[in-house]
Amino acid sequence: MITAERKPFDEILELVDGHNKILVAGCDTCVAICLTGGEKEAEILASELRMKAQADGREVEVEHTAAIRQCEWEYLDMIAAKVDEADVVLSMACGIGIQSMAEKFAPKLVVPAVNTNMLGMPQEHAVWLERCGACGECVIGETAGICPVVRCSKSLMNGPCGGSHDGKCEVTTPEKEDIDCAWHLIWERLKAQGREELMHKIRPPKDWSKSSSGGPRKMVKEEAKPV
Amino acid sequence: MADDFEPEIIVFACHYCAYAAADLAGSMRLQYPSTIRMIKLPCTGKLEVIHLLRALEAGADGVYAAGCLEGECHYLKGNLWARKRVEHVKRLLPEVGLEPERVEMYNMSSAQGPEFARVATEFTERIKALGPNPLRRHGVSPHAAAREAARDVALPDEAPAGAAAPAPAAEAPAQAPTEKGPAA
Ligand code: SF4
Ligand code: SF4
Repeated sequence: MITAERKPFDEILELVDGHNKILVAGCDTCVAICLTGGEKEAEILASELRMKAQADGREVEVEHTAAIRQCEWEYLDMIAAKVDEADVVLSMACGIGIQSMAEKFAPKLVVPAVNTNMLGMPQEHAVWLERCGACGECVIGETAGICPVVRCSKSLMNGPCGGSHDGKCEVTTPEKEDIDCAWHLIWERLKAQGREELMHKIRPPKDWSKSSSGGPRKMVKEEAKPV
Repeated sequence: MADDFEPEIIVFACHYCAYAAADLAGSMRLQYPSTIRMIKLPCTGKLEVIHLLRALEAGADGVYAAGCLEGECHYLKGNLWARKRVEHVKRLLPEVGLEPERVEMYNMSSAQGPEFARVATEFTERIKALGPNPLRRHGVSPHAAAREAARDVALPDEAPAGAAAPAPAAEAPAQAPTEKGPAA
């Protein structure tokens, strides 16, 4: 799933500064499941914005709503009436949802209330881990189902590097302690699978043009296009 | 701050402990401030961030949750969840211009009538020292708004404990507390 984190409140205030009718628009799919931007969180942010405006003595109307999915046109029709009434829409969806709103309702001002951060999985309740970077050419068939692109700090295709110690990566920051070395995990699982020889295979440099380095990507399924 | 400031305080009280403790405090004829307005929850674990915010937005001067002693929750961990949510709201409040001390989490058992009265008194003193909620609007009753805000989680005050099945006598309040709390 796509995960996101709410932006700092001060930054949100700056984004809506000068507007008197604000719509906080949640999305009830990925960002709701990661407890950041669903209807519940939209209502909380709307309440905070109203309280802040009142504390500052400003007259501001703040409403909230949520689309089932902000990233699909059909669902945006359902919140169009509320969007119409607002001066600015503070979207709590992922970057895709926010852009769908900005495009559908252009030139309405649509601004982000969250930072979209990863394609992650919930490891346990309220903890998400990055699992995929949408590189466009998946290699995990050879790496024991472990993604070297996002789980190796250096995105090495031929790991591990010399910084792998006791199963841990040498990269450590205050926020990221104790990162498992992806290539250590790959080695352990390849051994368990009896496929150690894959560790010795030399992989050529990855073709990043299939990733975001190749410009905006587009996917078309001719067989499924409406006739 | 005016000396005659009478705060309006919303208490989200767990049916199994604080609400019964309030009833006991009443039976014991203990004095506690008439500033508190109780909303009965089936468990403080039902309390969400938005319920606390709605009460404050409606102008309540202070809000607290009163759940069972830690380790004694009828639903195991509801009171621990409530504490986390209260702490989260404490972090949000300074950003919107309110003091984090306006929300709190307390724990007590159903047998602690005196503790119920002590907490009500202590929190009232705290809020009196802070002064009125700057968001207070004329003509809006924070209690009515908070009740409305918690309608999805609150038990009606009048419901006798264990109405569907006979409850042990000790669990059933002898008299249904009023909105102002049993002793008011
Ligand atoms: S190799 Fe590419 S597609 Fe496969 S999991 Fe990693 S980033 Fe995603
Ligand atoms: S220690 Fe492991 S995870 Fe870290 S950069 Fe080196 S190979 Fe990648």
